Amino acid sequence: MHPLLEQLLADGPVLTDGAWGTELQSRGLAIGEFPDSWNLTHPDRVEAVARAYVDAGSRVILTNTFGGNRVRLALHGLADRLEEINRRGAEISRRAAGGHARVFASMGPSGTMLMTGDVGADELAEGFAEQARALAAGGADGIVVETMSDPEEAVIAVAAARSTGLPVVACMVFDSGRDHDRTLMGTTPEQAAARLDAAGADVVGTNCGQGIEGFVPLCRRLRAATDRPIWIKANAGLPRMHGGRAVYGTTPEMFADHVPALLAAGAAFIGGCCGTNPEFVAAARRRLAPNPLP
Amino acid sequence: MTPIECLFKAVIDGDAKTARIVTADALQAGVPALDLVMEGMMPAMDEAGRRFECSEFFVPELLLSARAMKSALELIRPILAQTGAKPAGRVAVGTVRGDLHDIGKNLVSAMLEGAGFEVVDLGVNVAAEKFIDAVRTKDVKIVAMSALLTTTMESMRTTIEAFRTAGLRDQVRILVGGAPVTQRFADEIGADGYSASAPGAVLLARKAMSGTA
Repeated sequence: MHPLLEQLLADGPVLTDGAWGTELQSRGLAIGEFPDSWNLTHPDRVEAVARAYVDAGSRVILTNTFGGNRVRLALHGLADRLEEINRRGAEISRRAAGGHARVFASMGPSGTMLMTGDVGADELAEGFAEQARALAAGGADGIVVETMSDPEEAVIAVAAARSTGLPVVACMVFDSGRDHDRTLMGTTPEQAAARLDAAGADVVGTNCGQGIEGFVPLCRRLRAATDRPIWIKANAGLPRMHGGRAVYGTTPEMFADHVPALLAAGAAFIGGCCGTNPEFVAAARRRLAPNPLP
Repeated sequence: MTPIECLFKAVIDGDAKTARIVTADALQAGVPALDLVMEGMMPAMDEAGRRFECSEFFVPELLLSARAMKSALELIRPILAQTGAKPAGRVAVGTVRGDLHDIGKNLVSAMLEGAGFEVVDLGVNVAAEKFIDAVRTKDVKIVAMSALLTTTMESMRTTIEAFRTAGLRDQVRILVGGAPVTQRFADEIGADGYSASAPGAVLLARKAMSGTA
């Protein structure tokens, strides 16, 4: 195991952070505005989100760089700012962490599909590699390849992330199939674990796509399919629309109620995805006790 | 197997090469082009859609089937055109303003093309004026809008309002879809149809062309 991961996991399961997009919106990010560009325009507000998670007890926080690969940045006309957006994203989270948390930088999907030929494998690989280099330059302690639907794309991103020498977490989103245990491309947890493991991911997991209760069986299946530590970041249920805004039905306490089951299912890293906020992290932290905080 | 059964199987299997060969041979042997479409391809696409709905097929299988069908249709379309048969219809497809996600839109486009529709792909971040322009200048009968974000769904409402303001609402059927969209939301904003899946969008488009949606 990577020494940093060994160190993190030495005291038991590790609490990560919650959602970023909705937190940025509550600090003024306009609906439809591209969050990653705030690393350049509103670094103080991005840092406030990161700090709120550190204060809530996150031992690993992510970065505001989910859309920072070249393919996605190009859609927003920001391809020429790639290095800056990612490097600053990592720097902002590091500043907020202040030695109390580790920074695992976020790399999300390209938003295009290899299979339809909208993007080529080489283009994708280079786009992710540039991002990974900038995140490492900004001082990230690790990289999280997250919300992946296509194992082919995930494997490409993992390879790019690994080229930095940092520990790499790889997660897919299981939101399809009758039992919500397949990715959009039909991949099962067992197939995902095997592919990500073989690609050299240090940690394997799943995030987004469904409420936390659905993550318990997914965690169990991932655990059975790989020896790597398991990373879980669950949504606060699925959103319902109220007056043009997304409302999530799960409360922080309801969310935290599932934490013991996730631990029993073998989760090593636990946090929240869409709809969660620092209150969810604080509630989950109480269930993780008596693990000491640094 | 009859040529039509072979074609049915090739489309289900997502085997574009076989679908083309079988189609070419069948046409050579005098099988009517329309029979190949109505008895081979359409039922195959419907079956692929059914398998998708019940989680036997996922996106890759669905895309391969649509591709096999499109590829066979390329051989058939010129023949059908000679006989005066019209294409299934022309659909403008786009992801609404503020939203840059194109996977769902591309899936729907592929399925529509597989089902014989002509697709005008307007891309992502499509402003209401662009949808309206497509209806004005490109003989589009159906507009299909996609949104992945809860934050951009509202652009669907403003686009439909813009069609009303432009006095064109009666001339077009408007379909909506995307992860956060629901039937209730579609009704609320006055869309003509909603589907939770790409195969469902094809059924809606067919209904729209026959005037029942």
